[in-house]
Amino acid sequence: MHSEPLNDRNVSEHSAYYYVDIEEYPTTGWDKFKQVVKRTFRGELFVGLWVVMREMIKFDIHTVKYPLEKLPIGPRYRAVHKLLRLWESGYERCIGCGLCEKICISDCIRMDTKIDENSRKEVTEYSINLGRCIFCGYCAEVCPELAIVHGQRYENGSEQRAHFVIKDDMLTPLDFLTSGQQAEYPGFGAITPNESVTKTPLAY
Amino acid sequence: MDMAFIIETIVKIVVILLVFSALAGLGTYFERKVLAFMQRRLGPMHVGPFGLLQVAADGIKLFTKEDIIPQNVVKPIFKIAPVITAATAFMAAAAIPFWPQFTVFGYTVHPIVADVNIGILYVLGVMAIGLYGPLLGGMASANKFSLISAARSAAVFISYEVISGLSLLAPLMLVGSLSLIDINNYQAGGIGNWIVWSQPVAFILFWIAAFAETGRTPFHLVANDHEIIDGFGTEYSGMRWGLFFIGEYANMFFISFVIAIIFLGGFGDGSIAGAFQLLLKVAFFFFFFLWTRAAWPDVRPDQLMWLCWKVLMPIAVINVVITGLVMMF
Repeated sequence: MHSEPLNDRNVSEHSAYYYVDIEEYPTTGWDKFKQVVKRTFRGELFVGLWVVMREMIKFDIHTVKYPLEKLPIGPRYRAVHKLLRLWESGYERCIGCGLCEKICISDCIRMDTKIDENSRKEVTEYSINLGRCIFCGYCAEVCPELAIVHGQRYENGSEQRAHFVIKDDMLTPLDFLTSGQQAEYPGFGAITPNESVTKTPLAY
Repeated sequence: MDMAFIIETIVKIVVILLVFSALAGLGTYFERKVLAFMQRRLGPMHVGPFGLLQVAADGIKLFTKEDIIPQNVVKPIFKIAPVITAATAFMAAAAIPFWPQFTVFGYTVHPIVADVNIGILYVLGVMAIGLYGPLLGGMASANKFSLISAARSAAVFISYEVISGLSLLAPLMLVGSLSLIDINNYQAGGIGNWIVWSQPVAFILFWIAAFAETGRTPFHLVANDHEIIDGFGTEYSGMRWGLFFIGEYANMFFISFVIAIIFLGGFGDGSIAGAFQLLLKVAFFFFFFLWTRAAWPDVRPDQLMWLCWKVLMPIAVINVVITGLVMMF
């Protein structure tokens, strides 16, 4: 739709703008009286009464009793992060590349890596400073291994919010993985659950 | 005076006090529920089944809260004002017949504390004294919002006393008595004898005035939350504020009784069915107070005064004159 008639803000036949039709305000006493009588007997007060009574009879209550009932949240909701595991081996997906640490615009991801005895890179420490994290989702987007994702856990009441985002808490527990409860973050290039994401071969 | 009479009267007073204090509490529960349902909410749900014990929780809260007397208030008047509101509300109940007379174990009970022959005059007069609660409380509070509320309450109550008095004049001319029991017996013949049919204008006017005198929503400007906080109740806390609340709700119940008795036949011929009909009528009028609160906006103070003096009072006077002419010829 082209917007030229809307760009011309002057009221004319060519533009989309027109004056709203408002009745003249009454000036004489008799006109004011007629307006009062008209408004009094138009019965609009009863329309109001009927509307609320109708809603009461329909009893279409919209309250969500929150701690007992929860609204579904969007599948790409960006709540507290999770670190996922490989479906087959249960090994951590994170390869310690450090891209998330680099891209994080509030500089809140911190990781330590070392080369383990199989000459694989192992992530020893991984933490997110929730005091700084703005939940932008860049870390999940940049991750080449779909290792760090955003979860659905938005109820973050705790004595220490750091408890949500040290590595052991973010990493999917092994029993969760074996019972198939690890949820994939359905972003671009996401895998379907149980599809094989294999360990990157050393010879690669 | 007869000792049995004194004891009976005291028992009646205590029963009325207890029943209507409890009803005032339940009234808040019903108000919250009805408003919630009309706004597609649930209302109180968590304390007790369907939130019924919310009333008890609120009562405990009010009783145990600290009774704050602010620094610059006029202390004796500040302290006595809520008592005036609650006391006058309950005093007005003395002349209201809540129920037809009935016989228990061969003893005839008149469920009215004092069957004075000027019943309705007494009720309106004592309810008019209730003005001093908001007025004194607001003026003594050392708070500008309370002061505005006090000024408004004086203006509104005194103006609408005129309406309620003038509108009642016409039915009283028909009945020829001020006693509420006489007014009730005048309509004992059944639904066709109700005064509402012969005095529909007076009925509407008195109903409108009842909203102003109880300070309910279309005319809620005495304590309008969105412009003057809680009006005269702003500086009050704990049970003193609760007394204002009990007074308001008791007033709503009593004025509902008065409307039902004067215009809608009251308890009719005094049978059990008539008695329950009276309770149903009262319940409807009480519900209507809540209903309008959900549906209607508030009017401005100047509109309220305009409505009173330029519209309702002339109509009331014309109604009285026409009633007089019809009775003469």
